[in-house]
Amino acid sequence: MIWAQAEQLAASPEAVAARLTASRYLADDSLATAIFLAIRLGKPLLLEGAPGVGKTEAAKAVAELLGRGLVRLQCYEGIDAGHALYEWNYQRQLLAIRHAGEHEIDIYDDRFLIARPLLQVLRAPVERVLLVDEIDRSDHEFEALLLEFLSDFQISIPERGTIRAATRPIVILTSNRTRELAEALRRRCVYHWIGYPDAQREAEIIMLRSGDVAEATAKAVANAVQEIRARPLAKPPGIAEAVEWANAATILEKGGSPWPEAFRRAIGVLIKDEEDLSAIAPELGRIVEEALA
Amino acid sequence: MRPPESLPRAAAPFLGFARLLRRRAFAIAPEQVTSFMQAVTLLGPRSMNDIREAALATFAPPPDRRDEFEAHFRAYFHGDAKPSIEGEEDDETRIKDDRGTHEEENQAARQEKGGELSSALEQLSSREFQRDADGLGQLRRKLASALPTRRSFRTARTRSRGSFDLRRSLGEIVGADGDIPSPLLRRRLALPRKLLLLIDISGSMKLHTADYLKLAHAAVQGADRAEVFTFGTRLTRITSALRIRDREQALARAAALVDDWDGGTRMGPTLLAFLSVPRFSAFARGACVVILSDGLERGDHSDLETAMRRLGARAFRLSLATPLAGDPRFRPATAALHALLPVLDDLVDGSSVGSLADFILSLGRPAPAASVIWKGVS
Repeated sequence: MIWAQAEQLAASPEAVAARLTASRYLADDSLATAIFLAIRLGKPLLLEGAPGVGKTEAAKAVAELLGRGLVRLQCYEGIDAGHALYEWNYQRQLLAIRHAGEHEIDIYDDRFLIARPLLQVLRAPVERVLLVDEIDRSDHEFEALLLEFLSDFQISIPERGTIRAATRPIVILTSNRTRELAEALRRRCVYHWIGYPDAQREAEIIMLRSGDVAEATAKAVANAVQEIRARPLAKPPGIAEAVEWANAATILEKGGSPWPEAFRRAIGVLIKDEEDLSAIAPELGRIVEEALA
Repeated sequence: MRPPESLPRAAAPFLGFARLLRRRAFAIAPEQVTSFMQAVTLLGPRSMNDIREAALATFAPPPDRRDEFEAHFRAYFHGDAKPSIEGEEDDETRIKDDRGTHEEENQAARQEKGGELSSALEQLSSREFQRDADGLGQLRRKLASALPTRRSFRTARTRSRGSFDLRRSLGEIVGADGDIPSPLLRRRLALPRKLLLLIDISGSMKLHTADYLKLAHAAVQGADRAEVFTFGTRLTRITSALRIRDREQALARAAALVDDWDGGTRMGPTLLAFLSVPRFSAFARGACVVILSDGLERGDHSDLETAMRRLGARAFRLSLATPLAGDPRFRPATAALHALLPVLDDLVDGSSVGSLADFILSLGRPAPAASVIWKGVS
């Protein structure tokens, strides 16, 4: 059975970590344990953390680890059942009614059903991983709907009856924590808070994720970014920005800029807020010098 | 602490830990305890760290109480000395979120700050409230419909001005045997915007803080989505204390939460601290932000200016209500106010609850910018 296969793939937290590394995602022990527990306990995994720490990437890596396709449901204010569960293709139904004339026609056929992410996952639970991205952006009503879905893994379509998942699908939820999630939702999930990594791990991530950045550059970038994050910025740089910064500086250096200068000129890919830029500008030279030393 | 008979002896410590957490005001459901024990079994457990990871993953402590959680874990499983939660460095602006605090901490705060705090408490509790003498009842009732609105993505049925409701129309068409009756329509709903109140509780505002808290209570009760923070030398979120329906109880709870009554002001740094917490600054996005303060900043006001500009960029409408404006001779002449004027949408009188309540109820109506109004008089 394929479910057994998932258990084999996630035999221990170490095995999960090793497979994630193979998918070019460096997870710390704690995240690997959380993913392992989510797979083995058959519970959804709730990932919280500041923007840009790799929550969505983690979900992609889990899908790759299990060899399944990722179905992504991006949440936003006002998302409703029609966008998340299913919808009828009314235009096609109307045409079909016209076309059928006197004949009888079943307008609630599969042809007219548009499966949205949650239904797609229910229909093929062992081939898909569901990612519910930025759940904190949705309204409370949608959270309640999701709660119902996550506890029973079934959807009722009035015209068709209830559709139930054959096995429990693997679900990953992410949240930026711009608002508190309902306790009931947190309770049903395996929870993990992703923080910013320490300098050494960040350097490893930069090496793994970027094209051809030298090890010394990666370390310098990691150190400088740690230093910059310690300041009260409007938008502290995430890991993705750090990787971009390392890439950009490498390209500039190849184009002929000497080292500290290349970092300074590429700052636009790291800090994307005019006020943050002017706040950090006077100190940037010193930060980069220290990181390079 | 005696475990139920049917459970194996080895399960007792894990149950005991869950009980300890509940006593420390962590919300732990029975099903989480089950998951915790399942997780521990799945992981081996090969080391203490496995148990820790399992506890973190299944009990899901809120990130701001993570240190406390770890301290309890160490104390329980490693037998460390009593968990003590250390404060942060003093020169940083402390942020306190009322969600996580429990009674003991409040107790401690009360004892620490004996003099000032108890006088504030007294002031709050000894005041006789006359029902609706101050127009707050009206604020409470009318607020939800008086706030400015934004269009929601949700739609509602309507008879005119909307787009076709294909789903219901199809039902009608099928019912009418293929004829197309008059089309049915849907329109996007209008939702009230969020209201964010930032209350200055420094010494210079001493006369007004009690009134402002009452106003904030009425606002939280009246609006769907209102958030209230106090700031002096620190930033404190008091929204959930104010959700209690009974006013005196709510105000007493809020008063106990705040540690920096009647102290100095560091308006700029505290507002910057507010903005640097993504969760808090998200409250300000697209909201009506009303700051209740005299705008008297100690020392350099460049931080305050930055903070207000950032707030203004996020907010739908940024207003400053100052008690000083109650005086007809008031002019925004101080360096700080003068610099703030261009980013403010409103600069209004905050000397009485009545005028403030009227102002908040008028937020939904357009008004000329503060700099235009005060240009003629300054």
